[in-house]
Amino acid sequence: MSDKSNLRRIAVDPVTRVEGHGKITLLLDDANHVREARFHIVEFRGFEKFIQGRPYWEVPYFVQRLCGICPVSHHLAAAKAVDQLVGVDELTPTATKLRRLLHFGQTLQSHALHFFHLSSPDLLFGFGSNLAHRNIVGVIEDYPDLALKGVRLRKYGQQVIEVISGKRVHGAATVPGGVNKGLTIEERDRLLGDINDVLIWAQDAVALNEKIHTEHPENHGFGRLNSNYLSMVGGKGELELYHGGLRASRPDGSNIFDQFDYRGYYNIIREEVRSWSYMKFPYLTELGRDDGWYRVGPLARVNNCDFIATPLAEAARKSFKAFGNGGYVHDTLAYHWARMIEVLHSAESIRDLLLDPEILGTDLVVKGEKREEGIGVIEAPRGTLFHHYKVNEDGTIKKANLIVSTTSNNQAMNESVRSVANEYLDGNEITEGLLNHLEVAIRAYDPCLSCATHALGKMPLEIELLDSSGMAVDRIEKGSNGSITRTL
Amino acid sequence: MSDPMKKTIIIDGVEIPFEEGQTIMDAALAADIYIPHLCHKPGLSPHGSCKLCTVDVNGRAVSSCTMPAEAGQEIANNTASLNEARKTITQMLFIEGNHLCPSCEKTGDCTLQAIGYHLGMLDGHFPQFYPRREVDASHGSLVLDRDRCIMCELCVRASRECDGKDVFAISGRGTKRQLVVNSPTGRLVDSDIELDDMAAHICPVGAILIKDHGYEVPIGRRTFDLHSVSETDLDEVILKKTKHHDQEHETAEKEGGVYGV
Repeated sequence: MSDKSNLRRIAVDPVTRVEGHGKITLLLDDANHVREARFHIVEFRGFEKFIQGRPYWEVPYFVQRLCGICPVSHHLAAAKAVDQLVGVDELTPTATKLRRLLHFGQTLQSHALHFFHLSSPDLLFGFGSNLAHRNIVGVIEDYPDLALKGVRLRKYGQQVIEVISGKRVHGAATVPGGVNKGLTIEERDRLLGDINDVLIWAQDAVALNEKIHTEHPENHGFGRLNSNYLSMVGGKGELELYHGGLRASRPDGSNIFDQFDYRGYYNIIREEVRSWSYMKFPYLTELGRDDGWYRVGPLARVNNCDFIATPLAEAARKSFKAFGNGGYVHDTLAYHWARMIEVLHSAESIRDLLLDPEILGTDLVVKGEKREEGIGVIEAPRGTLFHHYKVNEDGTIKKANLIVSTTSNNQAMNESVRSVANEYLDGNEITEGLLNHLEVAIRAYDPCLSCATHALGKMPLEIELLDSSGMAVDRIEKGSNGSITRTL
Repeated sequence: MSDPMKKTIIIDGVEIPFEEGQTIMDAALAADIYIPHLCHKPGLSPHGSCKLCTVDVNGRAVSSCTMPAEAGQEIANNTASLNEARKTITQMLFIEGNHLCPSCEKTGDCTLQAIGYHLGMLDGHFPQFYPRREVDASHGSLVLDRDRCIMCELCVRASRECDGKDVFAISGRGTKRQLVVNSPTGRLVDSDIELDDMAAHICPVGAILIKDHGYEVPIGRRTFDLHSVSETDLDEVILKKTKHHDQEHETAEKEGGVYGV
C-alpha cells in the first residue's frame, strides 16, 4: 500500500446488529478521501486448533457450534469431509436427498432471518432513520404483513431442519457416510401442508427486493464493486447449493475456472494474513494477492450460474439479469435480491424433494475404506464454505482448515466500506448517518461474524476522528441503546 | 416405626422388605424406589464414591449403595435438602472434568447429564477446573476420553469382576487423579481390553467410546429421550443398548433407520 503517514483514522467499533464484534478504521488523506478501509476482526475463535486431537466422527457436531444462524451448513460441510474420511464418495440417493432437504431448510431460514429480521429495517425505513424504530419490532409495527411473512418463512425453514435433525438449532442429522434417520410419511405430509404458502411468501419477498432496486436508483451505487465471484455450480452450470464444481468469474462474467473439483481448493485459493485482523484474506491464486479477491454468497451464486433448475426462481433470475442488462449485477444491496431468489429456489426445491418418493427411502448409510484426508465444500447461506480435515492413524484430527464465507468476503467488505465512506463522509465530523451507512454495507454481506470470529453481546460504539498528525478532532460514543454522546 | 423383628426398612415413609446381605440401594431398587446414583451398578461390588446416593438413616448421612439394610432403619431419600446436596455434588462432577455436552456423542445417553436434568441443575455454579487430560485413541475399537471421566470406577470393577481382566485403575491424588490403563505403555492398545468386554460399554458418561460410532441414534430416540433416569431397571436398558452396538445398528438399519432400544 501507499504511504500512510498523512492519513487520519476513524474507528467504528463495533458494528451493531451484526452478530459478532467488528471495528472499522478509515484511513483518510488530507483531502478527506478514504484511502483505505479496514474492517477489523479482533476476536479469535480457534475452532481449527481445538478440534485437533478429537475423534473425526465428532467433527460435524463440534463445528456446527460455530454458529447459531447457519449451524447446518457447518454440520453438512464437515459431514461431507467426514464421508471422505470413511471412504464414501457417494451416499445413497435417499441420504443425499435428506441432506439436501436439510440444507434447503437451512438456506430458507437463514436467508429469511438475514433479510427480514436484520436487514429489512434499513431498507424499509431508510439508513438514517430513527434507530429506536429501525429494527424488526419496528417492521412488525409498520409492515405487519411483511414482517409476519418473514417470520413464517424462517419458521418453515426451521421446521424442515427440525424434522431432519431433531432440533431447530444444533440438531443431529449426519453420520459418516449417511444420515441417522429417514423421513416418515407423516413428517413429509406435515411439511407439504404449508409449502404453498411458503412459495407465495417467497415470491412476495423477491418482488419486494426487485422493487427496492428498480424504484430506488439511489441504491444502485451503494457499496457497488466490480468484483470477481466464486461459487459452486451444478454439472450443467445450474445454481447449486449442496454439491458441485467451483466456478470463478471476472466482473464481465468470463470464467477464470469452471467445474473445478473442490478437493483441490488449495491450488486455486490462498489465504493472506494481515497484521491488523485475525480474519485471513483469501484470494484466487491465478490472479494474485492484489487482484485475486472475490465475492461469495447469493450475489456470486445467482450471477455465476447459467440457470436455476426450478421455474419460479429461474423467472426471478431472468428479471435480475435484465436489471444487470444481461451481465453480472454488481450492486452490493443486490445481495438481498439474490438472497430472496434463493429463498424461492429453496422453497421450490423443498416441495420437489418432498414429492420425490425416494425421500421416504430407508437405505441411509454407506461404508467404505478409511482415508487420511477429507474435504467438504458447500454453499452456505453467506457463501462457499470449505472444511478440510486430516486425521491421524488412530482416527483423531491432525489438522483442520476452515474457510468460512465471511472470510472469503473479507476484502470485499473492506472495499464496500471504503466506497460507502467516501460517499458519506462529510468533512471532519463523524455523523450517525455515516455509521449507519457503513453498517448497512456490512450487513449486505453478513449479519453474522461469529463464524469468522467471536460473538459478543451489545457493546458501546466508539468512533474517533484523528487528523493527519494523529490528534483526535472528534469522538463519538454510541451506547448499546442507540444513544449518541460526543465525548471530546 | 417399622418392626425391628420384621425384615423391613422405611424409605420416605414407605415400608419395604429386604433380604439378608442387601444394601439399602439393593432393597430400594428391588422395591422400585429410585435413589440417585452414578457409581453403582447391580452385579458389581458397591463402591460408594460418587456420594449421590447419600441418604439419611436415623439422622445420619450414609451412602445407600454401601450401607447394609437393617431392620428398623428409617431412611430419608427424596427430600429437598438431600436433592440439593446431590445437585451440588453433580455440579462439582461437571466442573472438575471437561464436559462439553453440546458436541458429545453421549448427549441424551449420558447418565451424568440425565442426573443433572433430574436434579434441576441449571449451571455448574463453581468455576470450571478445565483440567488437562489425555485422549487415548490408540485402540482399534475404543477411545478413552479422560476429559469426561468422573472416576466412578465402573469400568475398573467391570473389567476386574465381569471380564476377568484388570484393565483400568484410578491413579494419582487430588486434581491429578485420573483413569490409567494397565499396560506396559499405559495405552489402551497395549492392554487386553476387547470390544465385547463389559468394561468397554459400562461408562455412564462419554469417557469410553466405541470407535467410529456416534450420533447414530436420532434425537427423540436416545436413552433419556425415552426413559427417565429414575427408572429402576434403567441399567439393563442401557447395557442392552450399548453392548451389541454394531448388531443393533445393522438391525435398526434394516428396520427403517430407527435405532431404538
